[in-house]
Amino acid sequence: MTTQRMTTEREPNPPARSTPLSVPAVTNFVAASEPSGPELAPSPIRGFLRSRGSGAMADRTFAGLMLLCALSIFAIVAFILTILILRSKLSLAQFGFHFFLRSDWDPVSGEFGALPFIFGTLATSLLALAMAVPLAMGVAVFLTELCPQKLRAPISFLTELLAAIPSVVYGLWAVFVLVPIMRDSLGPFLSKYLGWTGFFEGYNFGVGLLTASIILAIMILPIISSITRDIMLAVPNSQREAVLALGATRWEMIRTGVLRNARIGIVGAVILGLGRALGETMAVTMVIGNHPDISKSLFAPGYTLASVIANEFSEATGNLYTSALIEIGLALFLVTIVVNAIARALVWAVTRGTPARVH
Amino acid sequence: MSTNPFHVPPGGDGTPARAPINMRSRWMRINSARRYAVNHLISGLALLSTILVIVPLVAILVYLLYKGASSLNLAFFTHIPAPVGEPGGGMANAMVGSGIVLLVASLMGIPVGIGAGVYLAEFGRGKALASAVRFTADVLNGVPSIVVGIAVFGLLVEGRHYSAFAGGVALAIMMVPTITRTTEEMLATVPHAIREAALGLGVPKWRTVLSVSLKTASPGIITGCMLAFARVAGETAPLLFTAFGNQFWSLSLTQPIAALPLQIYAYAISPYDEWHRLAWAGSLVLIVMIMVSVTLVRIYASRGMLKGAS
Amino acid sequence: MGVGINVEHLNAWYGTTHTLQDINLRLPANHATALIGPSGCGKSTFVRCLNRMHETNPIARATGVVKMGDLDIYKDADPVEIRRRIGMVFQRPNPFPTMSIYDNVASGLKLNGFRNRAVLDETVERSLKSAALWEEVKDDLKKKSGASLSGGQQQRMCIARALAVDPEVLLMDEPASALDPVSTSKIEDLIFQLKSQYTIVIVTHNMQQAARVAENTGFFLNGKMVEFDSTHKIFTNPKDKRTEDYITGRFG
Repeated sequence: MTTQRMTTEREPNPPARSTPLSVPAVTNFVAASEPSGPELAPSPIRGFLRSRGSGAMADRTFAGLMLLCALSIFAIVAFILTILILRSKLSLAQFGFHFFLRSDWDPVSGEFGALPFIFGTLATSLLALAMAVPLAMGVAVFLTELCPQKLRAPISFLTELLAAIPSVVYGLWAVFVLVPIMRDSLGPFLSKYLGWTGFFEGYNFGVGLLTASIILAIMILPIISSITRDIMLAVPNSQREAVLALGATRWEMIRTGVLRNARIGIVGAVILGLGRALGETMAVTMVIGNHPDISKSLFAPGYTLASVIANEFSEATGNLYTSALIEIGLALFLVTIVVNAIARALVWAVTRGTPARVH
Repeated sequence: MSTNPFHVPPGGDGTPARAPINMRSRWMRINSARRYAVNHLISGLALLSTILVIVPLVAILVYLLYKGASSLNLAFFTHIPAPVGEPGGGMANAMVGSGIVLLVASLMGIPVGIGAGVYLAEFGRGKALASAVRFTADVLNGVPSIVVGIAVFGLLVEGRHYSAFAGGVALAIMMVPTITRTTEEMLATVPHAIREAALGLGVPKWRTVLSVSLKTASPGIITGCMLAFARVAGETAPLLFTAFGNQFWSLSLTQPIAALPLQIYAYAISPYDEWHRLAWAGSLVLIVMIMVSVTLVRIYASRGMLKGAS
Repeated sequence: MGVGINVEHLNAWYGTTHTLQDINLRLPANHATALIGPSGCGKSTFVRCLNRMHETNPIARATGVVKMGDLDIYKDADPVEIRRRIGMVFQRPNPFPTMSIYDNVASGLKLNGFRNRAVLDETVERSLKSAALWEEVKDDLKKKSGASLSGGQQQRMCIARALAVDPEVLLMDEPASALDPVSTSKIEDLIFQLKSQYTIVIVTHNMQQAARVAENTGFFLNGKMVEFDSTHKIFTNPKDKRTEDYITGRFG
């Protein structure tokens, strides 16, 4: 059995080395366990390294410390939940579940019912979603599919900037710009042309459910749009190309190749926007009128769960009052947890594997 | 037998006769035209909605900058609020107060956040506990800031008094989820090969994490911290019932303290023009600080995290 | 001076995949041993078991005995300590991007707490000279980042880094596979010179390379070691038919 010689000649280099042809025979293995040269004293480096130890103790301590930090996140959530439950015990005992079905809110007589706030929160949030979602979709579609490359970065940077503006600053702007607009131009316009619907009746002082919904819409729009963009970008290009190859127009490609695949995630983005809207406090407090009313007219003042806490907590006298407000906080806590969990699960299901950005 | 749908043999061999699709038929042409019209319409709507969104938002930004700039003067940075009705005054105490509260928050929130992020990226990979931590961090991120405020109130303020420290704790709680997520993401960008290089040299794991992983990811981690810092700097709700606000100079951690967003809120809803002016000025300071942070984060993100990587 | 390594009944798993099956072999001291075989046959896993890098993967597992001299490296020693005595050079150069060339080469010492400047300077110089890189970088040691060198230079720097901790054994997992021919040739020259001081194990895809630098060669196939013999024997007169097929290029 002859085989090709695979050895090649090496260029003559360092002297006194054996060519592959004259390698030591197999039997040299016997000496394998001992060094084949004179025994040298360990170099200072080897000596130093051997004295260092393995750092196993430090490893355990370090890992334990990091674990502690991670567990503290559980601790924080548990702490919030515990304190809210403890401090709202009084109100829970007094009113039970009916707390959320009653609508009288009278600190003086000690009667507390959270229905007006639930109404206010839901009305403003849903109205804000109705205004924000179509626009956010439009922006997302534009930025991912239609926008020229050069404009993409500036526009998305702008939306990121606008998402970072604090709530109180939006509120400030709303108080001095949006409210006069509502009072002097938009309000009369709406009641003139759409007054027949019954949604635009009564006095319009500029503050009220509609104004709050508008500023809320402005605030949640960037986040809905940016998450939708992430989701649309997570749809693989092969899907787009497949639809285009069938002769679809641009829009048809977006509709069937992208949006259809991203449906679940987009629902998640919308729910995430809802979660934000539910918890939004400062800007809403400044323009909603802060009156626990339930009314059909969007011009009427209202009150949200978050706003009532912001407005009345520091002046709450008596334990029942404080407890009722904390119970409202507990409700808000639980609702936003559930809403956010659902939203994150939906978004994660679609963008799994792609790098996420922090929102 | 041809499988071309445009070339259908007449019956006879058992296949049902079918009218071939005439690509040049009138129906096809009208349908095509309609589809293109819809396409243009949608494109137009998308563009319109973008304009509808961008233009007013830019207008808001510009208005804020303009109003703020015209209200800003040197006194803003050096004086505390003047008594009601008197002109002048500033928000110096609020800015210092914000600084103190943010310092307390950072000292607590940043180490915990980075630690949790290190755990997720370096020790918890693939473990169920890590997924639970990640999920809980996202949940915590979504908790309304007012709820965090009243929870910290219940823990640290009730029975005592409002304090800067309580404000710091509330803001720290809000920083932790953001910092955890960004730290984890930045550490995930560190190539596994260089961790292996360190481990292969006999460097213990803790040292590898500190001197190789964290060191390589540090620009990204720092910008993540900056982002979290900028976000909580503008938060008002958690401070309403913790730091509470203060009209005078105060540097004490155990007393109520002024903070920029709190002051802006109080002045915005007040009936005094002078205080409105200060609110605009304060907003400008806040916005500028936040804009700088967001811009820096963008620059780092586009430049990439690894120094010297070709 | 190097020590020899004895491997007995080594088995390794990644999760449920049985990557190495009952490997027995002896790696003689101060010799270079090449490990050849087609992709995925387990040679990389094998070398990683030798310095316990295999266990850095959470789903990895290994059983068997690996002895360095008289020391059972799995039972009687800590992985961190072992890796200081059995060094490794990886397939792709992996310099630390945030460190200078000097810091890269000295990292094995500095990250373990070594502070003596004079000894560090001397070690860095010695290691870079052993790696045949000194002349090219001696003026930029602290100015240039480790990642700014060319591929071949980076790999030689990684070899210098591994040598700086003065190991007794050097494991090289396809060290030249990502490099151009000139760099490859330089690295092969290096291995020749290093042989006299260290025990070297080199995994290679390139059979000519094995023939050029190693005295002994082992042929791996599907997680088993098929044949282990002197390089000359393996390439001129292999005992096993599978070895012959691989060498003549019938597969892999």
